[in-house]
Amino acid sequence: MATPPNMSAADFADGLSAMRSAVGADWVFDQPADLNTYRDFYSVLWGEPEEKVASAAVAPANVEEVQQVVRIANERRIPIYPISTGRNLGYGGSAPVLSGSVVLDLKRMNRVIEVNEDNCSCLVEPGVSFFDMYRHLQESGSKLMMSVPDPGWGSLVGNALDSGGGYTVQGYRGHFEAVCGIEAVMADGELFRTGMGALPGSETWQQYRMGIGPCMDGLFRQSTLGVVTKMGFWMFPRPEAWLSASVSVMRYEDLEELVRIANELEYGNIFNGMPGFSSPVLTQGNPIVMAMVPDAAEMNRMVEESGIPAWSFSPNFYGPEKVIRAQWEYVQSRFAHIPGVRFAEQSFVDLPISAEDMERIHKPRFGIPSLEIFNVGSRGYGDFNPSDGHIWFSAVIPRSGKGIIDANRVMRRECERLGLDLFMFAPAVTCWTRSFVLFAAVPVYKDPARNQHLREAVREIIDICAEHGWGEYRCPPAFMDDVMGAYSFGDHKLRRVNEAIKDALDPNGILSAGRYGVWPKHLREGRGA
Amino acid sequence: MRLLLASAALLAAGVGAVAAQDAVRTGPAAPELAEGKAVYAHWCAPCHAAEPSLPGTMSLAAKYDGSDIPAALEDRTDLSAPVIGVFVRNGVAWMPPFRPTEISDAELAQLSAYLTAPLEDRGAHTPLLADEMVQLHGGSSE
Repeated sequence: MATPPNMSAADFADGLSAMRSAVGADWVFDQPADLNTYRDFYSVLWGEPEEKVASAAVAPANVEEVQQVVRIANERRIPIYPISTGRNLGYGGSAPVLSGSVVLDLKRMNRVIEVNEDNCSCLVEPGVSFFDMYRHLQESGSKLMMSVPDPGWGSLVGNALDSGGGYTVQGYRGHFEAVCGIEAVMADGELFRTGMGALPGSETWQQYRMGIGPCMDGLFRQSTLGVVTKMGFWMFPRPEAWLSASVSVMRYEDLEELVRIANELEYGNIFNGMPGFSSPVLTQGNPIVMAMVPDAAEMNRMVEESGIPAWSFSPNFYGPEKVIRAQWEYVQSRFAHIPGVRFAEQSFVDLPISAEDMERIHKPRFGIPSLEIFNVGSRGYGDFNPSDGHIWFSAVIPRSGKGIIDANRVMRRECERLGLDLFMFAPAVTCWTRSFVLFAAVPVYKDPARNQHLREAVREIIDICAEHGWGEYRCPPAFMDDVMGAYSFGDHKLRRVNEAIKDALDPNGILSAGRYGVWPKHLREGRGA
Repeated sequence: MRLLLASAALLAAGVGAVAAQDAVRTGPAAPELAEGKAVYAHWCAPCHAAEPSLPGTMSLAAKYDGSDIPAALEDRTDLSAPVIGVFVRNGVAWMPPFRPTEISDAELAQLSAYLTAPLEDRGAHTPLLADEMVQLHGGSSE
């Protein structure tokens, strides 16, 4: 049996025995067949000695059991690694960052505690999946819409904690931005509530995020500081209709103006849905892979010969039909001066969604969870060599035309030089309102030699992006130290402040050791190695 | 010998495919299969329901291209409980394993009972959750 680092088998067995007493013997897993299901199935270290694996898993059913397990771990210095539903594939799945940690599996805590129709909010436990929540909302006749990621099999809480994004309305689709109120078990086993949750008797926990003093919600984002056991979210009242449109321009040079005006319109609330930015002429071969942006003359020649636009911007509108049609009309007026600009209404959907519309829509745009996106791996978007999984490379880049072109060229050129395959490449994703995030899906194989090459190449890409001022917002465990290392302002003050907070709140270093490059004091020098 | 076994497997698959076409697939599953069908609906159908564009169904269509083995799991008559257990607990291709906190051993047994039952006992094909909710509200999602 694997044991946590620097712990005797006897001490670990004693700890697991105490955890069995806390949660019941059926909910402590330490046999290989069960632990196999906790491996990161898309790990870039699969099958290698360095693969990050759990020594055991413990699945409490409620907050009190979580507190007991944390106290047991803290007394014995057993490293524990909380997961919500464990579906963070491409970013680590259900495996710990520190090998030998005990995974604290919160899947059984799956209560929707409240959906408040008047406040347009909810309060949920970490085991509630987007599918669970959608069923709950539908069966209860709710008039609220939630924002879901794609794929949508994960946890509302876990996805928000890792800053996941959806496709719906600004203020909601950056999932951590929609959080209002967190309850967490701290390393000492005590219960902590953020915002108005700290005021006994308050009815405003899901209304006012800040409470008093520093806003503490951020302590728990991608963190090593607590076990989140409840989270509140703001939700969007279901709109009457949705309209998707496109603005297409025919010259390389028009991108800067396209993005500049689109930004102004979004920040001014003229449209509220997630916009799209792409290059129709550079995605002819595959809609989810943008080719290298050529020089201006070459791109303009391609456009002229094919008649396919150079760039497109797709605004999306949620609201009453009258309002969103007027908004779309205004949007068009703002781009009318661009020579050759084309406008098109792409899709209009009345809500509630009819059976016919359900067959044609992209479900996550309407807060409906789906796993259909996984058909990327079933040759749904081109016959690339099927892989054993993938990781995401997700870098925050400037929200400008130059940002798109620079990031496209650098990634395309460097990935080709390094022999790094990409089967999805979108340089301007807008789940988070004020920046672009460059998304690249890198295929992973259960082949150590290929994965070793992949790891070296990705580390080089991280460094190259950092030289341009681009940093990842989220990454797989194998690269967390590298990515945190790139945020180096002030001699790595960000990491050092994180470490100081870590030492104060979790002095024994039991929680999520190594997550996003923050290690407890006793593992800091070797970074868990 | 290997050829003979392969032929036998193809023959068995062919029989299954014919049965899949002939079996009546309407209404609820037999009562003893209801829990297993619910496990299938929650955990398997989002990828494996009988729609060609779904990732699991699309993947199995590619895998069994040229054979008579159906792409939708609910139409298969060649599965066994051990085979289902291997895939659920070990994953395959892009499909990760499912943990015992997601599908317990008891639920895995119920799921296996459902996917190995005679086709005529399985009832109608399982809809996607989105379509089930549309039906719940009489043709539109609330």
